[in-house]
Amino acid sequence: MQKPSHQTDLKKAYWRENLRYLFILLCIWFLVSFGFGILLVEELNQIRFAGFKLGFWFAQQGSIYVFVILIFIYVWLMNKLDKKYNHDK
Amino acid sequence: MDIKTWTFIIVGITFVLYIAIAIWSRATSTKEYYVAGGGVSPLANGLATAADWMSAASFLGMSGIIAFSGYDGSVYLMGWTGGYVLLALLLAPYLRKFGKYTVPDFIGDRYYSNTARTVAVIAALFVSFTYVAGQMRGVGVVFSRFLDVGINTGVFIGMAIVLLYAFLGGMKGITYTQVAQYCVLIFAFMVPAIFISILSTGNPIPQLGFGDTETSGAYLMDKLDGMMTELGFSAYTDGTKSKIDVFFITAALMLGTAGLPHVIIRFFTVPKVKDARKSAGYALLFIAILYTTAPAVAVFARTNLMETVVEKPYKEMPAWFYNWEKTDLIAWTDKNGDGKIQYLPGNAVQEKPIFSGKRGAFGERLVTNPSDGNNELYVDNDIIVLANPEIANLPNWVVALVAAGGLAAALSTAAGLLLVISTSISHDLIKKQIAPHLSDKKELLIARLSSVAAILVAGYFGINPPGFVASVVALAFGLAASSFFPALVMGIFSRRMNKEGAIAGMVAGLGLTIFYIAKFKLGWIGTPETATPSFWWFGISPEGFGTVGMLLNFLVAITVSAITKAPPAHVQEIVEEIRIPSGTKGATANH
Repeated sequence: MQKPSHQTDLKKAYWRENLRYLFILLCIWFLVSFGFGILLVEELNQIRFAGFKLGFWFAQQGSIYVFVILIFIYVWLMNKLDKKYNHDK
Repeated sequence: MDIKTWTFIIVGITFVLYIAIAIWSRATSTKEYYVAGGGVSPLANGLATAADWMSAASFLGMSGIIAFSGYDGSVYLMGWTGGYVLLALLLAPYLRKFGKYTVPDFIGDRYYSNTARTVAVIAALFVSFTYVAGQMRGVGVVFSRFLDVGINTGVFIGMAIVLLYAFLGGMKGITYTQVAQYCVLIFAFMVPAIFISILSTGNPIPQLGFGDTETSGAYLMDKLDGMMTELGFSAYTDGTKSKIDVFFITAALMLGTAGLPHVIIRFFTVPKVKDARKSAGYALLFIAILYTTAPAVAVFARTNLMETVVEKPYKEMPAWFYNWEKTDLIAWTDKNGDGKIQYLPGNAVQEKPIFSGKRGAFGERLVTNPSDGNNELYVDNDIIVLANPEIANLPNWVVALVAAGGLAAALSTAAGLLLVISTSISHDLIKKQIAPHLSDKKELLIARLSSVAAILVAGYFGINPPGFVASVVALAFGLAASSFFPALVMGIFSRRMNKEGAIAGMVAGLGLTIFYIAKFKLGWIGTPETATPSFWWFGISPEGFGTVGMLLNFLVAITVSAITKAPPAHVQEIVEEIRIPSGTKGATANH
């Protein structure tokens, strides 16, 4: 009985770590798009970034760059996590 | 050589390429037909997903929509890219692990119910058909504009090409032609964009160029904002939509993207769970190249347009102005009789211009339906991408390239959608519900035949577009968001979610969204007086209401599942199983 419950614990631990990553990454996802690009756009537009108003830049450029980076960070984190829990076979 | 010869040559070469790929990648089993044998590399799948995703509307229309709506256009940019983050993090890896062929497969098995499967099939068919009609129309429009054939002839040619590779190769043929189509469309989009960026600011990278200075030393964006506010438009960087509406539309597009069946099934074609994650990253990267360039093109084009036309005499317009007036995409009505073009806020005509066939005092084509406002100029959204090469005086082969790019975008999306439709019929309906003992060979034959039927129906809609299609395409996202997204996410992240909850949630979410669209967009419910924006609930437009439907779906599903009994043990095991990436089997139909 020792082994199956240990297995279950490992599965649970893997899932918990996965959920923690998802939570952090999705917070950033929300912040750059809905946060910077929509809710705080007027405030950020007071800040200049080359020829751009910062809020506008986030809505039409910055958020998209961050989205791409977020997925690749997720891929990297999950590959590490899979290795740690031997799920990379 | 003239534009037409170049167009024949370039479009001809790309078509030969697509057909050659189709013949090379014929499918010999249902596994190859449905999921390309499950052996597509993450990079190839990323390219194919990007082509699948970017339709004629993305390629031809989006820069124009942004150019004419400024900040408001951000909803499409964030909405149609942000959804991929949700897809990569919340859906693709787990659905790949589940290892079946279709979205209704997952819904039906996870919620151990043929009712749930049927609801999913109907939603998938509805979303795909509204979408594909627009694509076939797009093929026809591009043909008629560049090759002087009728729109209907264009639709027939498009149908024949898609039929050939969808019939022969299924998902396998579609995947590899989409890889080629992505290369064609991105090259065709970037070449004119880079030239225009250099012309406007001297910066060869459009993404940086539109934040750069002009030769005068002023920032381009400041100049555009200044020109617009001077004429009474709201500033380009401000927009006109309310904050809550922008928020909800963006959310509906994101959640809808993550719930679209033709996008999700692409992730069933890669070998492993980790490949599904990676290919979502590649897909968004390739999409982002176009989506970050489009707002730059929009700014260059809007500035160019305003500098060219505002308060200038019609007689002194450059040649492209008259060329596009000929094709109905530009219309000018000299309302104050001064011979100059007044370009002001508001519509110049009611909806689309209707030309009387007569010429006015300055040689302009007269329209029969001018609006009451002071604005004299009508410019179609599509013109921004179509006319760019001419505005920038680029060589004829670049114009031809744009035609080939537009066709690649329309054909690749149409093919992806048609596959979803034929799979829904042959696999989800016939194999899973009517004839479960069907042999693989027979199922493959039925899949091929249903792709033919799907193309015929799509072609019919392309030639006779139902009036409501145009307005419903944008709403397809709201429908996907309010039906599929919650059912898929809860199927993975909640072990407790049962069939009663999922079905009630889908019906409630979809029902509310359809009701709202029918009332405020189509005017089928209630009087027209109560369908105006001032009656919108919480100030949310029909385009954004899918988000509310999605919230209701979650709420109803969680409540109903809490008071009904937990799903059976084997279903809870499925949920445990898909959360763990190891032990991925190839996609399989029979367990």
